[in-house]
Amino acid sequence: MEWETVIGLEIHTQLATQSKIFSGAATAYGAEPNTQACAVDLGLPGVLPVLNEEAVHKAVIFGMAIEAEIAPYSVFARKNYFYPDLPKGYQISQFELPIVGNGHLDIEVDGVSKRIGITRAHLEEDAGKSLHEDFHGLTGIDLNRAGTPLLEIVSEPDMRSAKEAVAYMRKLHELVRYLDICDGNMQEGSFRCDANVSVRPKGQKEFGTRAEIKNINSFKFVEKAINHEIERQIELIENGGKVVQETRLYDSVKDETRSMRSKEEANDYRYFPDPDLLPVFISEEFKAVVKAQLPELPQAKKHRFKDQYALDEENAAILTYSCQLADYFEAVLKASGCEARLCANWITGDLSAALNKAGLEITDSPVSDERLAGLLARISDNTISGKIAKQVFEEMWQSTATADEIIAEKGLKQITDTGAIEAIIDKIIAANPGQVEQYRSGKDKVFAFFVGQVMKEMQGKANPAEVNKMLKVKLNQ
Amino acid sequence: MHTKTLLELVQGLRSGEFSSVELTQAFLNRIMQHQHLNAYITVTEEIALENAKAADIRLSNGKAELLTGIPIAQKDIFCTLDVKTTCGSKMLDNFTAPYNATVVEKLNQAGAVMLGKLNMDEFAMGSSNETSYYGVVKNPWNTNTVPGGSSGGSAAAVAARLAVCATGTDTGGSIRQPAALCGITGLKPTYGRVSRYGMIAYASSLDQGGPMTHSAEEAAVMLQTMAGFDEKDSTSVDCPVPDYRAGLNNSLAGLKIGLPKEFFGEGLNSEVASTLEIAINEYSKLGAEIKEISMPNLKLAIPAYYVIAPAECSANLSRFDGVRYGYRCENPVDLTDLYTRSRGEGFGKEVKRRILMGTYALSAGYYDAYYIKAQKVRRLISEDFKNALGEVDVIMGPVTPTTAFGIGEKIGNPIEMYLSDIYTIAINLAGVPAMSIPAGFVAGMPVGLQIIGNYFAEDRLLNIAHQYQQVTDWHQHTPKGFE
Repeated sequence: MEWETVIGLEIHTQLATQSKIFSGAATAYGAEPNTQACAVDLGLPGVLPVLNEEAVHKAVIFGMAIEAEIAPYSVFARKNYFYPDLPKGYQISQFELPIVGNGHLDIEVDGVSKRIGITRAHLEEDAGKSLHEDFHGLTGIDLNRAGTPLLEIVSEPDMRSAKEAVAYMRKLHELVRYLDICDGNMQEGSFRCDANVSVRPKGQKEFGTRAEIKNINSFKFVEKAINHEIERQIELIENGGKVVQETRLYDSVKDETRSMRSKEEANDYRYFPDPDLLPVFISEEFKAVVKAQLPELPQAKKHRFKDQYALDEENAAILTYSCQLADYFEAVLKASGCEARLCANWITGDLSAALNKAGLEITDSPVSDERLAGLLARISDNTISGKIAKQVFEEMWQSTATADEIIAEKGLKQITDTGAIEAIIDKIIAANPGQVEQYRSGKDKVFAFFVGQVMKEMQGKANPAEVNKMLKVKLNQ
Repeated sequence: MHTKTLLELVQGLRSGEFSSVELTQAFLNRIMQHQHLNAYITVTEEIALENAKAADIRLSNGKAELLTGIPIAQKDIFCTLDVKTTCGSKMLDNFTAPYNATVVEKLNQAGAVMLGKLNMDEFAMGSSNETSYYGVVKNPWNTNTVPGGSSGGSAAAVAARLAVCATGTDTGGSIRQPAALCGITGLKPTYGRVSRYGMIAYASSLDQGGPMTHSAEEAAVMLQTMAGFDEKDSTSVDCPVPDYRAGLNNSLAGLKIGLPKEFFGEGLNSEVASTLEIAINEYSKLGAEIKEISMPNLKLAIPAYYVIAPAECSANLSRFDGVRYGYRCENPVDLTDLYTRSRGEGFGKEVKRRILMGTYALSAGYYDAYYIKAQKVRRLISEDFKNALGEVDVIMGPVTPTTAFGIGEKIGNPIEMYLSDIYTIAINLAGVPAMSIPAGFVAGMPVGLQIIGNYFAEDRLLNIAHQYQQVTDWHQHTPKGFE
């Protein structure tokens, strides 16, 4: 039988606010345990939550970017369950009336575009962390993360393969960083994914029973976990079994999913409106202001890069994957006055490779846009060759010097003095009569040998175009 | 000194007749002397004397406010920095808050002296103070009877003059009912008038702190300090606090008083009814018009309340799980054991009953039938008040069906106990302000008159109560043995 997969994703994005969603404590990652948890985050008796307006603002930005309905009136609700890292015994979330309603996101897989529906996005608070190591059979609780604002983005079950799911997740990841509402750091848990997966015979209308896979926090794992789950479900059904509705946990070490709890064991969260918080009202005026301030979105930017700078699809896609990279590109372009393709190739090539190797983001690049522009300008005006430029770039990576300073200090300036080049060419021709004979008898390939010898003699500093031209003249004499 | 009114004490402090230290010591002595009432859970003698010393300096600098140097006490539901806050529960017997409730902070800022923390029903759930882990408080008018609840310690302490005045909180009558049973004045402000920050939550949409005093004038002074917007409480209302004493002497001529017939029917003790009749007649003499009105949905208040309040409490009390603070069972074997035994052993019977009721009401399949329905009823009740207060200026009625009942009389029958709040609960559901003022005695036990006003009309209520207290002396009576 031929099977069709149905996937919906729930993505938790930590909103990049300075303070928590219901308290004034800081949200920075990596502090000493429990140093960023105030009385409200600790759930002490008598404390009350106060909504951080910045979290609401960021949720509205997201809603506008996916062309969603923004609820004029949304309500916070208590989601009740006991867990040691949930200090109040309930999580403040949104249930019946979320802030962001129906929207959509367009993805592209193998050159085919597809629209994925977004059911809703709601605001909620993150829980703390339970630490099971280093406590000798006990559990440590770190409440630094408790109260960090989350936007939970729930998709429609519109994806039909793990590939589509990953494309959607990447697209969303790109979007939230563009909008500057989430830092997107998946290692630190700023962007987390749960997947609802089911299979059905191709052509069947009704959905199959779904399993929810929790805790899949990288693009690679999402694809693997989903594919693994699809296989498991098909195998189960084909062997006469039945998929049960349950929550499964992905184990990236063993590359398998295993059952966490079945539907019967599922919590009854007993949601009800939180009486400590007022409903959130969003006015048309506020929406208009947010809309006017929306940045250029990835899709639009990519098209503009292709049109305006005549970049190919690949370069345009890479450069616009992050807003910061796109900004860097445009800054280099402007400051250097070089051709767009040269700038694009350098940024997607040497710079990106160096950043990847060092594990750095573009915003942390040791070579600033201004310094790179300085280097590219020297390629453009023939001061140095592309090959020498790579050498200069490496120097720049290690220091704070400008390209001009390095070129001057190391004497890397390209030699365009025809007298000097001519002298070397004469010397090489005189020293290699055999090769000269070969060339003149029609072996064109030997030409490269002469170029190489000349460049070697001149330590790479000769203008290659000039060398080519003069060699041809001399050899053909 | 202890028989003087708040304003007489202010005079005494300012004229140098006595110091705050002397006054405070006198009250501390009385507390020791009348420990058998069990009004206090914690007496903060050292803090009180320190506060008094600081107040004396402020008084001598001429920088005193009205409450500077006045010995008051806090219901043990308000968090107090470095002082144990138990909420009347074993669960918090070892809990000391690292911060002050906004109400406590405001009273401290005003220079009030804190004598200690007052006994109360466990987590404010009770109408007799019998659910307190620290034992029942005795009614100073008859120590075999209850003081009412949940602010029973506050009412008994003020009535027995073990504090000049006290804070209370009212979720379904917890200020007004004990005030009535102990013969003092109690005011439940409009929901949102007084900050709930640091006031341990029972039912968040109903809880409201307020003053418990001898007279309306004293209540005006205390509310002046307690009221106001607090950015730490999203449900506190950002509207100006009027000068509550400014209008106390306004005339009541032409005041329209509504008497809901539903308040005076079956269930109301006939002697209480006739006592209230006399009190209301006093208002006629002061120039008020009395009119019978109808509020048909009042009868739905108790069932609606006993869905909404337990539902909210079931979530509010989840934080007491033995993990971070409060009671933890001995040697838990696993997480579930830690939760079930800590909560099972830490909470008393009534608290557990309400958590269970609330959990049930919010459960899948019951939510619409209970919680949603109760919210609809709540809206109907609010409509009743809106309509009535469009027709009349204030509503009057009983606070309690009877005078104080005997200790142990109702504790075994929760429904009967819940019915003792029949006249007070609807007010919390609507969120309007209401007062209880002493209006006479039946067989030597105090009777309270309830005055209910429109949203943020505390000034009007205080004026109406004060005018009555100018022509009667019920609020000046002191129980035998406490003169």
